[in-house]
Amino acid sequence: MKIVVCIKQVPDTTDVKINKETNTLIREGVKSIINPYDVYAIEEGLALKEIYGGSVTVISMGPPQVCEALKEAVSLGVDNVILISDRAFAGADSLATSYTLAKTIEKIGEVDLIITGKQAIDGDTAQVGPGIAEWLHIPHSTYIKAVEEITGEHIRVQRMIEGGYERIELDMPALITVVKEINEPRFPSIRGILRSREIEVPIWTANDLDVDETRIGLKGSPTQVVTIATPELGSKGEIFRGKAEEQVQKLFAALRERQIV
Amino acid sequence: MSIRVTDACIGCGICLQQCPFGAIELKENMAVISDSCTLCGSCESVCPVQAIQIEREKQAAVNLRDYQDVWVFGEQRNGEINSVVYELIGEGRKLADKLGEQLCVALIGSQLSAAADDLLQYGVNKVYLVDEHELSVYNDESYTSVMVDLINSYQPSIILLGATTIGRSLGPRVAARIKTGLTADCTGLDIDQETQNLLQTRPAFGGNIMATIVCKNNRPQMATVRPRVMNAASPINGFQGKVQQHDFDTSELTMKTRVLEVIEEMTELIKIEEADIIVSGGRGVGTPGNFKLIADLAQALGGAVGASRAAVDNGWIPYAHQVGQTGKTVGPKIYIACGISGAVQHLVGMKSSDVIIAINKDPEAPIFNHATFGLVGDLNQIIPEMIKKIKQGRIKEAAATSE
Ligand SMILES: Cc1cc2nc3c(=O)[nH]c(=O)nc-3n(C[C@H](O)[C@H](O)[C@H](O)COP(=O)(O)OP(=O)(O)OC[C@H]3O[C@@H](n4cnc5c(N)ncnc54)[C@H](O)[C@@H]3O)c2cc1C
Ligand SMILES: Nc1ncnc2c1ncn2[C@@H]1O[C@H](COP(=O)(O)O)[C@@H](O)[C@H]1O
Repeated sequence: MKIVVCIKQVPDTTDVKINKETNTLIREGVKSIINPYDVYAIEEGLALKEIYGGSVTVISMGPPQVCEALKEAVSLGVDNVILISDRAFAGADSLATSYTLAKTIEKIGEVDLIITGKQAIDGDTAQVGPGIAEWLHIPHSTYIKAVEEITGEHIRVQRMIEGGYERIELDMPALITVVKEINEPRFPSIRGILRSREIEVPIWTANDLDVDETRIGLKGSPTQVVTIATPELGSKGEIFRGKAEEQVQKLFAALRERQIV
Repeated sequence: MSIRVTDACIGCGICLQQCPFGAIELKENMAVISDSCTLCGSCESVCPVQAIQIEREKQAAVNLRDYQDVWVFGEQRNGEINSVVYELIGEGRKLADKLGEQLCVALIGSQLSAAADDLLQYGVNKVYLVDEHELSVYNDESYTSVMVDLINSYQPSIILLGATTIGRSLGPRVAARIKTGLTADCTGLDIDQETQNLLQTRPAFGGNIMATIVCKNNRPQMATVRPRVMNAASPINGFQGKVQQHDFDTSELTMKTRVLEVIEEMTELIKIEEADIIVSGGRGVGTPGNFKLIADLAQALGGAVGASRAAVDNGWIPYAHQVGQTGKTVGPKIYIACGISGAVQHLVGMKSSDVIIAINKDPEAPIFNHATFGLVGDLNQIIPEMIKKIKQGRIKEAAATSE
C-alpha cells in the first residue's frame, strides 16, 4: 500500500507574543515546528504500513527551510520525502495549495491512501485535505479518530462528530484527515536520526509538476488577505482585591446591581 | 516575484512592523522583500505612500453580476436544524439587506418539509429544498453533489456554513469543485460598501492576529462561521417566504463513501455548548481532587463544567469539556474562569460570553484584560466562599417565600 502524508511547517503559535507598544507580532525566538496534527498523520501512516506493508511518503509545500520538517519526518522512519518549493507557489490559499499538492500526488502515482492533519495551527482552515481529495476525484473523510481496517478496496474509519462518532467506509484511493485521538506518536529512532542527517531532500518545482499556471500561487488563489490587525485587548473590567470573603461580597453586589443574578 | 517596492518608498519601516513573516528588511532606506514573503498583502495595506505593489490577476473568473442572494447552508441531523443555522440566518439577513438581495436557505436531507416551513418564519425569503430518501444521512459525497447542483442552478453571491464538523468538510469540497474561495472559521462578516464584496474576518496564528479576507473575482463567496459568535435570528410575525422544491436525480450519484453507522455517545451532565452558566478550571486548580471545587460551584449555580487545555492535558477532566481553539466555542451568560491564565487559544473559545468572571492569584494574568469582574486571589479560598454565599442566598429566598 502506497501512503502519502501531507505535512506543513508552522510557527509554534503558543510562542507568538504581541508587542504591546507597536501592536505587532514578536517573531524573535519563535520556533518552527511540524504542525502538531500532522505528527499524528505521520504516525498513522507508519502504523498502517507496519500492518499492511507498503511505503510512506511525506510531502510538504513551502519555502526551502521546510527541509528541516521533512528531515524530522525521516527521523521518525518514513520512506521518502519530497519538498514542493518554488516562488511561483507563494501566496497560495487553501484552493491553490490543495491543487499543487494534488498535482504532486498525481505525479507520485498509484497512491492508495492520503493522510493529512485535521488542520494547520497557523491558518486553521482545515480545508486543504478535502480540497486535495476533490482535485483528485477521490472520497475523503475528516476528523478521523480511528482506522478500523483496510481491505483491498476499502478503508473503514471512525469520524468524530458532535455528540458521538460515525463509522464510515470509503473506496480506495481515499483521503482522511486525522485528529489527535487517533494514536500516540513515536519518538525518532537512532537509525532514523542518522538517516535524516544524510538524506538529501528532493525538491520539486513548478516545472517538475504538470500544473496549470493560473491555478498555483497567488494567481490561483481566489481569497486575498486585505488587512491584518491585532485583536483589541478587551477593556479591563472591575477588579476586586482583598480577603476572599470581601471580594465575593463585592462580586455578588455588582452582579445584583447589574441585574445579572 | 509579483510583489515590488517602488521608488515612492520613504523607508519609514511601518511594513517591517506589520509583516507577520519577518520578510521585509530596510536596506539603504528602502524596504526589501525576501523569499520568506508569502504575498499575504499586509504590508501593502499599511504602506502610507502606496509604494508596495502586489500584481494580481485583475480579471474576474466569472461574471459577478450573475450571482445574487445570500445563502445559508441548512445543516441538520435527523431533521433537527443545527442552532448555528439560526445564527447564520441572523447574520445573513444583515448582509442581504446591505446588498438589497434575498436571504435563502439550502436545505438538504429527507422528510424536511416541516423544517423548511419553520425556517421561513425566521425572515428567510426562500428555502431551496432537496428532499430525497437517499439523503437522509449526511455524506460528503452526495451532499457536495447536491450543493454544487443548487449553486449552479441558482447562482448565489454568498454562501455561509457553520464551522461545524459537517460545514468544515462540505465547504472545502464544494469550493474546490466550483473553484471558488472559502474563508474558514470567520468571526466577523460585513459588506464592503464600495465594492459590495464580502469582508470576512477570522483569527489566524492561533488567535494572535485577525485577518480580513475577500474573494474579489470568484463567486459565490463562501465562508464557514464559528458557532456561537453571531446573534441568532428570532421568528418574525407574518413574514412571507416560500419553499422551492429542487429535484435532484439521486440515481446519478456514484457513491464511494458509505456511512455504516452513527454512534451517539453519552455526554455528561449539561452540554457546555448549551449551558447558560459555565465554570471552567485551568492548571491553577492544581490537582484532580481540587477539580471537584469547580464542579461544586457549577452545581451550586446550575451550570456546566468547562476546562482549559492544560487541565484536560493533565487528565483532570475529559476533552469534551475543553473550551478554546481546539475545544469548543461557548457563549454563556456567565463564564467563570478559575485558575486560567487567558491564553489566546482559550480566549477565542469564550470571549463572546456575556459576563466573564476571572479568579486568578496573579494580578497580571491576561484573563483579567477580558474579565467583566476579576477576583485576585486563591481559588481554594474564593470558590468555597462563593458556594457558601450562593447557598445562603437560597436559604434566604426560601425563607422569604415561605413567609
Ligand atoms: C494549537 C493550539 C491549540 C490550543 N488550544 C487550546 C484550547 O482549545 N483551549 C485551551 O484552553 N488552551 C489551548 N491551547 C493551550 C493554551 O495555549 C494554553 O497553554 C492553555 O490555555 C493554558 O491553560 P491554563 O490557563 O489552565 O494554564 P496556565 O497558563 O498555566 O495558567 C494557570 C493560571 O492559574 C493561576 N493559578 C495558579 N494557582 C492558583 C490558585 N491557587 N488560585 C487562583 N489562580 C491560580 C496562575 O496564576 C495562572 O494564571 C492551545 C495551544 C495550541 C498551541
Ligand atoms: N503547504 C502544505 N504542504 C503540505 N501539506 C499541507 C500544507 N498546507 C496544509 N497541508 C495539510 O493540510 C492539513 C490542513 O491544513 P489547513 O487546511 O491549512 O488547515 C494540514 O494538517 C496538512 O496535513
